[in-house]
Amino acid sequence: MTDMELKVLSEPVSKASFDLVVNGQPRRLEDLDVRTTLLDALREQLGLKGTKKGCDHGQCGACTVLVGGLRINACLSLAVSHQGDEIVTIEGLSQVGALHPLQAAFLERDAYQCGYCTPGQICSAAAMLAEWELGWPSQETADLAAPRTPLTDAEIRERMSGNLCRCSAYPQILEAVRDVAGPA
Amino acid sequence: MKPFRYVRATSAADASRLAGESPGARFLAGGTNLLDLMKLEIEHPDLIIDLRDLPMADIEETADCGLRIGALATASAVAAHPAVRARFPVLARALLAGASGQLRNKATSGGNLMQRTRCAYFYDPAKPCNKREPGAGCAALEGLNRNAAIFGQSTACIATHASDFAVALSALDASVETVAADGAARSLAVDDLHRLPGETPHIETHLRPGELIVAVVVPPAASGGQVYRKVRDRTSYAAGLASVAVAGDRIALGAVAAKPWRARKAQAALEQGRSPTQAAEAELADARGCGGNNFKIDLMRRLMVAAIEEARG
Repeated sequence: MTDMELKVLSEPVSKASFDLVVNGQPRRLEDLDVRTTLLDALREQLGLKGTKKGCDHGQCGACTVLVGGLRINACLSLAVSHQGDEIVTIEGLSQVGALHPLQAAFLERDAYQCGYCTPGQICSAAAMLAEWELGWPSQETADLAAPRTPLTDAEIRERMSGNLCRCSAYPQILEAVRDVAGPA
Repeated sequence: MKPFRYVRATSAADASRLAGESPGARFLAGGTNLLDLMKLEIEHPDLIIDLRDLPMADIEETADCGLRIGALATASAVAAHPAVRARFPVLARALLAGASGQLRNKATSGGNLMQRTRCAYFYDPAKPCNKREPGAGCAALEGLNRNAAIFGQSTACIATHASDFAVALSALDASVETVAADGAARSLAVDDLHRLPGETPHIETHLRPGELIVAVVVPPAASGGQVYRKVRDRTSYAAGLASVAVAGDRIALGAVAAKPWRARKAQAALEQGRSPTQAAEAELADARGCGGNNFKIDLMRRLMVAAIEEARG
């Protein structure tokens, strides 16, 4: 961030120019209306249409992306508030030339019908597994003091409740996540 | 979304001063409630003061075995913190019973306390709402009021506060640290933070213009079990119909009033040796339904008894 940009943001602005790191690449947003959500900036300014707009109110999870490794709803975040942040979208989840294990598992298990919620489901599941690895508890966790709870089916369902699937592929989504997580 | 100007605060005092100078300003922390309301144009700030650069996300154990939770600590971070899980499980349980994984990664402790009601009429600009438009009337009084308040409501407003975190904090006797527009710092009990609606339901807290919550302070846990029980229409990712936090001999109720409802009558009854059922009935003697939510009185009675018994082990 240059001194000039820093100064601009310490004075009220209605448009801002700033950088993000998206899928490992520095990306610049020029003269962006500060009302623009991270979701709209990814899709409209940066052309990354994998992240989907479902409800646009944080209820469906179709816009799930990773910021600093944590999953969030991109629809409920201002792009300008993410200046300098490292963002991973569905386009950046896989290594070049290979599917992410969750992508392969969703294909194998047919864990979608229309596919609209799928990028959000996969980004959410990837970050959910990382949260579980860190030992984060959930509502389903019986022993809060345990360093890491077994990842039961009930745990997976609870931890994925922020992603809706209107085609109701939930049983197959659970199977796909289970394939990657391994046995509980 | 209505146009606004955006600015980054460089310190908590700077944020308060800016907000004090701009009556139409809003602080932006996690934004999960504010941006939703701005898209609906229920909130239409002319200035957004982004708190992202402020160093207020730490969760510290205090010398007396309490906690000091920075206002920008996320729900996920608080619920996963070892000291919270070990000594304040009611707090972890309350946070994990709310929202979704994505929202908990963004939603902050200060923002959780300042979130607005989920009353359907507050969200519907086609219907009158005294909280959204003072003097307009309250469509919930004669409308769909299944999740309305049973304590402390007025003829102007029957909305509830949606926070689970605040209910657990009330049972833990927590307080908030604030900084005001003139730079003055003060401490306010969580029980004294929110107002009952009266004739001014649009004024929801006792914070002064520009005053910013910088931390939540939780005193050492009282002896006795801690329990958070919440009943809702779905088992995950739904607001509560009724919830109960128990921490030792202190009880607070959620989704039943415009603020976390500290059940002091129930606590007094238990201290006099009454049964959990008698304690629940002592508290609920003052409860009043408005039609669609009458069931919440019975629901809360059963929930209180179950939570008190569970906390006693």
